[in-house]
Amino acid sequence: MSIIEINNLRRDFQVGDEVVHALRGISFGIEQGEFVSIMGTSGSGKSTLLNILGCLDTPTSGDYIIDGTNVRDLSKRKLATLRNRKIGFVFQSYNLLPRTSALENVELPLLYNKQYSARQRRERAMEAICLVGLEERKNHTSTQLSGGQQQRVAIARALVNNPVILLADEATGNLDTRTSYEIMALFQKLHANGTTIAFVTHEPDIANFTNRTIKLRDGHITDDIPVDTQDAQVALEALPVGDDY
Amino acid sequence: MNITNLLKIALQAIGRNKMRAMLTMLGIIIGIAAVITMLSLGESVRQSMKDEFAEMGTNSIMVMPARQRRGGVDMGKSVSKSLDLKDYNALREGCHYVAAFSPTVSTGAQMVYGSRNHSGAVTGVSPDYLIINNYTMERGLMFTEMDVKSYAKVCVLGKTVVDELFPDGSNPVGQTVRFGNIPMKVIGVLKSKGQGNMGQDADDLALAPYTTVQKRFMGINYFNMLMASAINQESSELAATEITHILRSTHNIGPDDEDDFEVMTMDEILTSMDSVMSLLTLLLTCIAGISLVVGGIGIMNIMYVTVTERTREIGLRMSIGAQQRDILMQFLLESVVLSLLGGMIGIVLGIGMAYIASMLMKTPYIISYSAIALSFFVCVAVGVFFGWYPAKKAANLDPIQALRWE
Repeated sequence: MSIIEINNLRRDFQVGDEVVHALRGISFGIEQGEFVSIMGTSGSGKSTLLNILGCLDTPTSGDYIIDGTNVRDLSKRKLATLRNRKIGFVFQSYNLLPRTSALENVELPLLYNKQYSARQRRERAMEAICLVGLEERKNHTSTQLSGGQQQRVAIARALVNNPVILLADEATGNLDTRTSYEIMALFQKLHANGTTIAFVTHEPDIANFTNRTIKLRDGHITDDIPVDTQDAQVALEALPVGDDY
Repeated sequence: MNITNLLKIALQAIGRNKMRAMLTMLGIIIGIAAVITMLSLGESVRQSMKDEFAEMGTNSIMVMPARQRRGGVDMGKSVSKSLDLKDYNALREGCHYVAAFSPTVSTGAQMVYGSRNHSGAVTGVSPDYLIINNYTMERGLMFTEMDVKSYAKVCVLGKTVVDELFPDGSNPVGQTVRFGNIPMKVIGVLKSKGQGNMGQDADDLALAPYTTVQKRFMGINYFNMLMASAINQESSELAATEITHILRSTHNIGPDDEDDFEVMTMDEILTSMDSVMSLLTLLLTCIAGISLVVGGIGIMNIMYVTVTERTREIGLRMSIGAQQRDILMQFLLESVVLSLLGGMIGIVLGIGMAYIASMLMKTPYIISYSAIALSFFVCVAVGVFFGWYPAKKAANLDPIQALRWE
């Protein structure tokens, strides 16, 4: 079943007198349970695509259908609700709330969903934080956590609302190689559990851990190919021990 | 998001910058404290004024000559000679609701005893004057109707005059004090009353029979004023009506003509003073209120800073599904909480200051509960009013831009 369907999607920006075509009519779909990497250099349109995938932005023309909902004509309110129920974001710079415990950070998306009681929130957040292996550090604030741990908290936060898709924006960009591989191993584990993931990156070795790569250039899709997936856990063990990686 | 969570977020955010929050609240604290102090003080001064009036006799009535016009020229009150012995006698005979009557006629006098002297006024009155004004004797006796009839050269002195003329504490009763060049025998001393209701010295007086002052001092046959005391407070209005009625007939005033005198009851004076006090309190409160506006601007300023500082947080909250309304409420509540916290500190401070001030001024200590309720309301209003634009700015941020904010 297609979680995401994109048909002839365009996004134009008005910059001064000029119209910039960030996306020039792209089409693809993402099936449930896929682990897709979206690659491209800066200016390729991948950030614009990610913003549209994350319902932060709407296309100029064409269709974007997520889990059966066409977002093109949705109001800001409906978009916010859609983000809250169907999407999990992981950012390059984690974006955790300062001086707030890991658990409370993870709970945050559920605060904006009236269907959850305080107890349900706490339970769901605990489940999510166990999933990323940080139950020992649930009461630590972000300054007491390493970069990798902070990103794990951010991933738990993205998972807490049971999103139909997890969107990662250069999620390993601020991390060293070893920690990046650890995070990728976590993504692979989540994928194995059935989570659909779209991973935006410009690093080919990171894209190798995914199952499919969509390459963008100048607002067009240049490649949409399956990947010979590497196991992140294996790659992690293959790293030289005690090195500065 | 529900209000409890929003409140928690607001308190956390304020707790993160305690020093800044404190400084921001300072304007509100000072404003509210000043307003509370002003309102409480106004209330207590008013109360103390009422108390003093009550002590002086809330049933007292004053009859004064009205302003005179001659050929269209306003002659003022002082030239009026409309109240005289004929009126006094008619009133004494005709009034049923009046317990005591005294004319007053007053003139300045240099009082000399031995090498000491004191500049004051000698007031001609009848013996009833003591009853009307709640004076009591400390030493000696008040003069009598006999003394009035005989133009006796006797006087009763107030404490201040005694202290000036007899600094060694010797008994003035029986001594002779010279008023200008008229020697008068001191026959009594009044018990001290302290400050009068207008803040003047109620003990700086010398009383003599009105006839003595009229004939021997001034050479006139009219009075400055007639003072009366109603049989009780309730009947003071009736007494006033009665007095008006009698005076109109003795003065031969036709039914369509205006009174050539003025009757004032203490109630009326109290009411008019009360309204003056209210106005004064209101004015001072308004001035104090200005600092509330300044405090509000302080909050607005810091809320703008907060919104800018937390742009990424706002972007994140939006990306995980916060509605614009949620963000608006979050920052609005933060400014309201900030303002309310300041208000509460200000209320405590204001109550303390009102307490100290009432101790110093020796007025009764009154907490103005309406002022406290008003303060709460004002704080919420200030928080909402000055927090609205920063919160609106936060809510209108574009999540994509906000997330990229450095």
